This record gives sequence, C-alpha cells and structure tokens, in this order.
Amino acid sequence: MRRVCLTITGMVIGILAAFSQNAPADTSGFKSRALKIDEINILSSYYTQTADKSAVSGGDPGPRGIGNVTDLSNGLEIKLVGWDPKGRKNSLTGGIGMDNHTAASQAYVDSSGRGKKTGTRIYPTVDWTIENETRGTSFGIGAYYSAEHNYYHSVGLNTSFSAKTKHNGEFSAKLNGYFDRIVMIRPSELIPVDSANVTTSPTTDSVVYITTASGRTEALNYSTGQVLSKGGQVRIPSSSRDSYSASFSFTQIINQRLQGAILIDFAYQTGYLGLPFHRVYFADSSTAVVEKLPTQRVKLPIGLRLNYFLGDNVILRGYYRFYIDNWGIRSHTASLEIPVKITPFFSVSPFYRYYIQSASTYFAPFKVHTPADEYYTSNYALSAFSGQYFGTGIRLAPPGGIGSKHLSVLEIRYGHYTETTNLVSNLIGLNLTFK
Amino acid sequence: MLALAATAVSCLPSCQSVKEYQKSRLNDSEMSLGNRKIEKEELNFQAYREGSSGANGGKTGGGCGCN
Repeated sequence: MRRVCLTITGMVIGILAAFSQNAPADTSGFKSRALKIDEINILSSYYTQTADKSAVSGGDPGPRGIGNVTDLSNGLEIKLVGWDPKGRKNSLTGGIGMDNHTAASQAYVDSSGRGKKTGTRIYPTVDWTIENETRGTSFGIGAYYSAEHNYYHSVGLNTSFSAKTKHNGEFSAKLNGYFDRIVMIRPSELIPVDSANVTTSPTTDSVVYITTASGRTEALNYSTGQVLSKGGQVRIPSSSRDSYSASFSFTQIINQRLQGAILIDFAYQTGYLGLPFHRVYFADSSTAVVEKLPTQRVKLPIGLRLNYFLGDNVILRGYYRFYIDNWGIRSHTASLEIPVKITPFFSVSPFYRYYIQSASTYFAPFKVHTPADEYYTSNYALSAFSGQYFGTGIRLAPPGGIGSKHLSVLEIRYGHYTETTNLVSNLIGLNLTFK
Repeated sequence: MLALAATAVSCLPSCQSVKEYQKSRLNDSEMSLGNRKIEKEELNFQAYREGSSGANGGKTGGGCGCN
C-alpha cells in the first residue's frame, strides 16, 4: 500500500514538474510526434448506504441483516497524446484508483458479527488508441487489473474498433474479457475443517482453518484455539469467474440539435457466479448454507440515448435501457438529465433515473427456499424491486481555467438513491480536469 | 422496445446533412453521447446494487466492489 501511495505521489509531483515549464509556442504548424500530456483527471467520490436484509446474512430482516456501507474512492488518470509518422493520433491513457470501504455486513462473515468491516480495492488501467483522423477510424486495446480482499485478482482485457460513416454516424465495437479469481471466503460456521488433521474425535493435534472477514486464513489448534500460522501462510482456495462481452454502438447526428445512439451488449459469464460468503437459510431451519447459483449467465442489455439541444441554454439528455438475462431478470431503466447553461462555461444539471426489475428465478427471501430447490440465493440485488436516483451536478469550465490556467474543468455531482428493498444511498463525486 | 427501435430506425432517413461548422451545439461537452467521468462511480454502484448492467458504456463484469 505504501508503495502504491508513493507511486501516486511521485506521479503527481512529476506532472506538476511538467506543468511548471511553459513550452515555446509552435509557429510552424508542425504537429509534435512525441507523446505529451494532454489531460489529467482526478476523481474522488464518497458513497454512503443504509440497508437491511444483507446477502451475507441470508436476507435476514433482523439486526444481523444490516447492510450499511461507506466507500471513499480516489482515482488519477493521465492521458498522453502524440502523432506517429503516418499522421495517426495515438492516445495512451493510464489510471489508478483506490477504494477504501467499511461494510457492516462484512463483519457477519464471522457469525459472531466481529469480523473486519474495512477493506481496500486497487485498480490500475491502461488504454492505447490509434486514430486515423483522415479515414475516421480508430483501434484500441486496454487492460485492467483489480484486487481486493475477496478477489485474488480480476484481470480485464479489451480491444475496440470504430469507424465513422459518410452521413455523420459512427459505428463502434468492443470486445471485453474479465478473468477473476474469487477467494472462497466462507461464513465462519461453514469453514471446512482440515480433514487430513481432524478425526471424528478431535485431538489436541487437530487443525482448523479460520477465515477472517478480511480474507486472512489462520490455522488454529482445534482444542486450544492456539494460532499455528496466519497471514497468508495458508492460501484460501479460489474459484474462477470469466466474463466476456461484445459491445456494439451506433451513433448518429440527426440534425444540428439532435443526436442519438443505440447500444447493444452481449455478455456471457461462466464460473463461480455467486459469492461464497452469501448465506441462505431454508424454511424451518436455522442452519445456513452458501448461496448456489448456475455457473453460466447470459445477459442482453439494449440501450438508446437521445441528446437534444433545446434553445440556447438547455440540453435534454435521455436514456432508456431494456435488459434481459437467462436468470429470469427483466429490467427497464429510464433517465433524463437537463443541463442548464447559466453561462456558456457554467452549467447546472438536475437528473432523474427510474429503474425497475423482476426477480431472478433463483431468488427467495429469508427462510423461504427449501432444500429441494436446485439453485438458491437471498441476495436482494436479484429480487424484484424498483429504484429511483435523483440529484444535481454542476460543471465549471471557463476558458482561462479555474484559479490556474491548467485546471480547466471542475465537476461536482450529488445523487440520492432509494430502492423498494429499503436500501438508501447517497453519492457525491468530484472531478478535476487539468490540461 | 420494438417501438423504440422502429422510431430510431425511422429517424435515420430523415437525418439532415450537418456540416462541420453547424456542429457547435452538437460538440458541446454536455451533448456527449458517452458517459462522463463524473458518472463512473454511480455506474459502478448501480451495477452491484441492481441485477442488471450493460448497454451504458460501463463494465459488464470483472471484480467485485460488492460490499
């Protein structure tokens, strides 16, 4: 962690040093071919959530089902642009993000509720795009990495292609693959005992593995509770989850004020698609089992965007999505955002989003599933519910910069989200763009 | 959904020819058809709180962030 912080600090100092010199004006009209810093974005956000019926506690509506969350997210993204000898524009974007969260439900991975609530996620990204401005085509590749306490890693790779049409349209295609290793952290009462060292009548030499809520495994003496080893000396087993998607979009300028886009994704997931610390309680039973879900999932979302410039100061940003998958979920999402330009460089953007979904075939509330069910989960993200999200954003982008000529854009956005599952959350975000 | 698709397709033949110098409004940053960076986190939490994802330029898998 210290190394990551030092790396980020070093990068920021390097950027400031680069900005401290004024490049001589280019009067020749010749485009520099070397990659140069074009844009830097610093993103921060703070998320809070209150909820009950957490998946960790099997949807228990009681105190154990608490699902409160806070999450502080910070990210840095640097975009470099240059032109190669063939006159093609090359963009190299590197980023790193870090989330620090507290999750009340995480404490209940340990049945006593005393598990560790905090965790960190780190996710670097890199993308490279080559754009032929003459032909109107572009090609890109990218990579993504993420690690957190319940994932050993998630590695993502993507490639994309886009081409402009003769009639102010653009077609884009993107292929994505994510390859995850899920740490099989089980609820504490379901942690398998090391069968090699445990007999039907445990002796003082028997060993049990305890998985803490932070994902650390400790080997304990069965009888005395003495810690024999800890801190990664015993690696928790993992399972794979692979996600593939093909994303297609077509954008079209319709007139001088209106443009739209159609977006279609085909997504396929295979592997362990539940989470090993999500409990399910069967009817008439107080003993938990781990949720069980199919090992394959196919998703088909289709989206439509329409943006309209109304008059001289108002923009209407509309979006609709229909979603269907083979787990039985159908959903509709509709949103409208109305940026109002108070001045040409300052806008206020109220927005509203409505979401509704049907339940997955595999979902049932606390103590409703039966052992006869082939698949079972009490994760309320797979239940039938509707949600509303509304809030406001502001955007400031004066031509001379904000305080400094390098700080070109400042955006703040706040949103409030409510679900019919009793989940309520708030999110505030800040984005600073340096040029 | 079919009605929306039909509406979208029916719009295409009626598209006007728009020259570069006529795109001042279309090129406004608020008219972008892609997601803005400030929306990144809300797309992230929606993907994990809701049972569906995709067709919005965001991730369709990978990692958890699910606490």
